[in-house]
Amino acid sequence: MNSAVSLASTAARHSFDLTPEQVGFLREKAMFIRLETIRLIEIAKTGHYTSVFSAAEIFSALYYDVMNLRRGQPAWEMRDRFLMGKGHAAVGLFPVLADLEFFPKSWLDDYTRLGSPLGDHPDMRKVPGIDFSSGSIGHALSAGLGMALAGRFLKQDFTTFVMLGDGEMQEGQVWEAAIAAAHHRANRLIAIVDRNGYQLDGAVDDVMGIEPLDQKWKAFGWEVHTVDGHSIAALTALLRKLRADDSRTQPVCVIAKTVKGKGVKYMETEPGWHLGYLAPDDAQRAIEEIKGQEI
Amino acid sequence: MNQPLSKDSWQYRGLNAITPGLSYLSDGLIALAEAGHPVVAGSADLQYSNGLVRFAERFPERYTQFGISEQNMVTAAAGMAATGCMPYVATFASFLALLCCEQIRMDVAYCGLPVRLIGHHTGISLGFYGTSHHATEDLAIMRSIADLTVVAPADGPQLVAAIKASANYPEPIYFRIGRGREPVVYEDGVPFEFGKAIEHSQGEQMTIIACGSTVHPALEASRLLKAAGYSVGMIDMATVKPLDRDAVLRAAKRSRLLMTVEEHNVLGGLGGAVAEVLTEEGCGVRLIRHGIKDEYSLIAPPTHLYAHYKLDTAGICAVAEEALRRV
Repeated sequence: MNSAVSLASTAARHSFDLTPEQVGFLREKAMFIRLETIRLIEIAKTGHYTSVFSAAEIFSALYYDVMNLRRGQPAWEMRDRFLMGKGHAAVGLFPVLADLEFFPKSWLDDYTRLGSPLGDHPDMRKVPGIDFSSGSIGHALSAGLGMALAGRFLKQDFTTFVMLGDGEMQEGQVWEAAIAAAHHRANRLIAIVDRNGYQLDGAVDDVMGIEPLDQKWKAFGWEVHTVDGHSIAALTALLRKLRADDSRTQPVCVIAKTVKGKGVKYMETEPGWHLGYLAPDDAQRAIEEIKGQEI
Repeated sequence: MNQPLSKDSWQYRGLNAITPGLSYLSDGLIALAEAGHPVVAGSADLQYSNGLVRFAERFPERYTQFGISEQNMVTAAAGMAATGCMPYVATFASFLALLCCEQIRMDVAYCGLPVRLIGHHTGISLGFYGTSHHATEDLAIMRSIADLTVVAPADGPQLVAAIKASANYPEPIYFRIGRGREPVVYEDGVPFEFGKAIEHSQGEQMTIIACGSTVHPALEASRLLKAAGYSVGMIDMATVKPLDRDAVLRAAKRSRLLMTVEEHNVLGGLGGAVAEVLTEEGCGVRLIRHGIKDEYSLIAPPTHLYAHYKLDTAGICAVAEEALRRV
């Protein structure tokens, strides 16, 4: 490697690094996402705590740092797009969208009640800031591909982020989209796999193994990165760098190694918590546990 | 050295493979794109079959080849529509309406996105290719999806008119079209309005209601029956949903018998839609639902199948006449 290139790449790497203040800010937002999830599920009496907890740093990094967004303007044409294959984590995204003033915070207080726009799965017709509805696993990457292709045709320079569940890798349509995105060189499409290891029926690798996952995406023609999905500094720096990379000709997949239920110890070790409810006393203890640690 | 091939030999690939009747699809889309609409199109390895290759050649930047991944195509089209494009995606009706049913419901209709789904070679028009390639359930399935408009143009000119009308239509649309070999009904073009039937004629004894590929033979049949002394009217129900209820009710008031004719299962399609209106409105008029009688089609060339299932002019005449004699 010649030294000029080496220096340039070192400089580039450093420019994406976060300041300690930025790390603290994003950590706080990830905690806010976990705490709001507990508050909202208390209203519904059932919900996907652990699916949010594994993705809290991903939400925080994207919505409070990486994505190009305008506060209070959910339909701004040039905004970066975000789609979720694992739509059941929407309960953790709604507080973020309200926080960004995409809709009134008071909506959160009626989460899932009769007539509320906010349900277990996100609905783009009802919730400003939801770029695409989801609920049926496996569709999101195709929809994100469509957005990326449309952005290219319309000459709108936005990036499309698609968060996928690891169980979602079992859906055939994901791989239809993967093969097409590589073929059409959708270089502004970034998939993030929340590799938390569990799905409804148990461990992903017991239910239907998906490894070697990085090699699968590589074989489909994608650039692949693996990162600790709870290291807000590493995750955010990587996503900043990938978003800024204009030289890439291929779509990119980030495999975020995460822990399902991250932040509440017993949820991290009991796969049954994919769906559940915390009675008020237990919810209080979970809140204290989340507040008392630095993730 | 290869021997030169006989002039009767042919191969699929190439512009020559486009059935002239299917070039209407590209014609309509090219007209929209030239008029400045944000039209994009996609196909799933059938661009010669549906003629979209013409659109692709004219506007390569607006065209996406999806390969054999129909579900990905439908959802991606929804993503394009969510970004401000007006996508028209086409494949065989059997794959579009049946294989992609859930993507159409979740990503297109439920999201309220202006995606235009073109299901071509519908009904039994693929003849001996068999049941996998037939679509005799698509009207029933698409009709039951909320917020989805269902259109069945009778021929190329009506398809072009419907495509032009779709330019300013905010809802998602399923276009049910044939194989492109249907005789032309509307030689001089025809105005198209979503939800409006075309009343060709009126009759006291019977009104025939058809849509799509059965319009031409049903129209011919109504003329022959008239010539034979019967008072028979004919309606082209080009929009199956929302159904032109007033047209049905007017026919029910005027005629003692109604007969729907469709290249579709008699359950849930045009006949089902008309039956719903007649029952709800308490019309005491008898309805004959003519079509595929809840069965899978035999294997045969299309024209042989149309004769076998009495969906050609002679067959429709025979079914109608038998009913007329019994009244």
